[in-house]
Amino acid sequence: MNFITFAKWLESAPQWIVSLPEWCSKFIYQLYQTFVIEDRWKLFLGGLEMTFIVTIGALILGVIIGMLVAIIRSSHDLSRGKPNIILRILNKICKIYITVLRGTPLMVQLLIMGFVIMVPKTNLETVFCGILTLGINSGAYVAEIARSGIMSIPAGQMEAGRSLGLNYVQTMISIILPQAFKNILPALGNELIALLKETSLVTTIALTDVTKAAQVVTSRTYDAFVPYISLAVIYLVLVMALTKLLGVLERRLRAGDQH
Amino acid sequence: MISIKGLKKSFGDNQVLCGIDQEIKKGEKVVIIGASGSGKSTFLRCLNLLEQPNGGHIYFDGVDITDPKNDINKLRQKMGMVFQQFNLFPHKTVKENIMLAPVKLGLMTKAEASAKADELLARVGLSDKADAYPEQLSGGQKQRIAIVRSLAMNPEVMLFDEPTSALDPEMVGEVLELMKELANEGMTMVVVTHEMGFAREVGTRVLFMDGGLVQEEGAPQEFFSNPKHPRLKDFLAKVL
Repeated sequence: MNFITFAKWLESAPQWIVSLPEWCSKFIYQLYQTFVIEDRWKLFLGGLEMTFIVTIGALILGVIIGMLVAIIRSSHDLSRGKPNIILRILNKICKIYITVLRGTPLMVQLLIMGFVIMVPKTNLETVFCGILTLGINSGAYVAEIARSGIMSIPAGQMEAGRSLGLNYVQTMISIILPQAFKNILPALGNELIALLKETSLVTTIALTDVTKAAQVVTSRTYDAFVPYISLAVIYLVLVMALTKLLGVLERRLRAGDQH
Repeated sequence: MISIKGLKKSFGDNQVLCGIDQEIKKGEKVVIIGASGSGKSTFLRCLNLLEQPNGGHIYFDGVDITDPKNDINKLRQKMGMVFQQFNLFPHKTVKENIMLAPVKLGLMTKAEASAKADELLARVGLSDKADAYPEQLSGGQKQRIAIVRSLAMNPEVMLFDEPTSALDPEMVGEVLELMKELANEGMTMVVVTHEMGFAREVGTRVLFMDGGLVQEEGAPQEFFSNPKHPRLKDFLAKVL
């Protein structure tokens, strides 16, 4: 292991660093250790890549599951009179899904998926396992957000669509969902931010995301301060960028209906 | 064109339609009046199955639309409907509102639908609003666009559910004017309304509904000048 003590490092350091106050040069030493030695920044970069892959994969899966569950749930809730038996069964299944997934910690879900249900062997399988677990978990939250969006659209919109001869699915896709999406975008943004941060839990199934990278570096340098503070800064910057992006998207969508 | 036999509809324990028999012929302008809660809107909404009847049959051009085997979506393409609350699609421009159904249903290409929309907008004098969003229109303009949106499907019959009830008084005229034009062109129309002047002038037959039944019907002249049913006399005395 390529470990240099502070004193040793200072001997070979440039003069301007040596002349700095000690806490300052020590901080530079820690940064150097965390990111430069053994090209450790590559660990962070690789971890970041994994974080992105898991986030995007889980986001797509979560939105697909969430939308489907939301459509089933709201179709059931909005149908007048007694809904048909298939819809009632589907609704029941969706309700159980939401209850279980929201009622247990994500950490526990990861442990069960990773060590009981899937037990991935290869790296690719582990990535898949992580995306699947997070996606299924996120889907439960997206479902309730999307359901509130669908139910916020006045019934007249569905009636207008149907009266023109569009079927239920066509009306849903071209009339209800676009309006619902605009209404739920802020809540959906929140969920996306939560999802991004929650990917840090995939370290439990041994995925090398950016959190894992910081842990690895800490174990090599015996210094927790810089790696973990850096890690926090990395997440913060990502979330801020995401917030900005969502804001732009929201303004774009709003441009249509308010003048 | 539309034949209604023993139509029944209830919401829970509340029996709204108690077995209605009606025959609506091509080119007729049937105006339905009645107090609120008389079932007139429910009756109209049953005609294109926005409300699922609990009993009876409705035949449209000889096809039983209450039979689940028949594709209601296909049948609705021929039955335009105009709502009290307009129900324009707020996320689409006026022109997109008009073009949406014909294009989505594969009845017209985009170019054809666009030409049709331009033609219809010119006809109602709203060409300059083609790219506006519904929110930017007045109530009367919204309702005229809603009528035009239905017309883009080339319907055989138009159903109007209190089309002027949500409008400011000064905007009622422009909507009724457009409906009159449609009537003069021979469109078959079923209109639920509180506009007695319109019923008298445009209707070929007026129905008075009360308690879930058609209590009296007739040509407007006779209907208004010589009402027979006591509830109708009472109703007309209040609204005229």
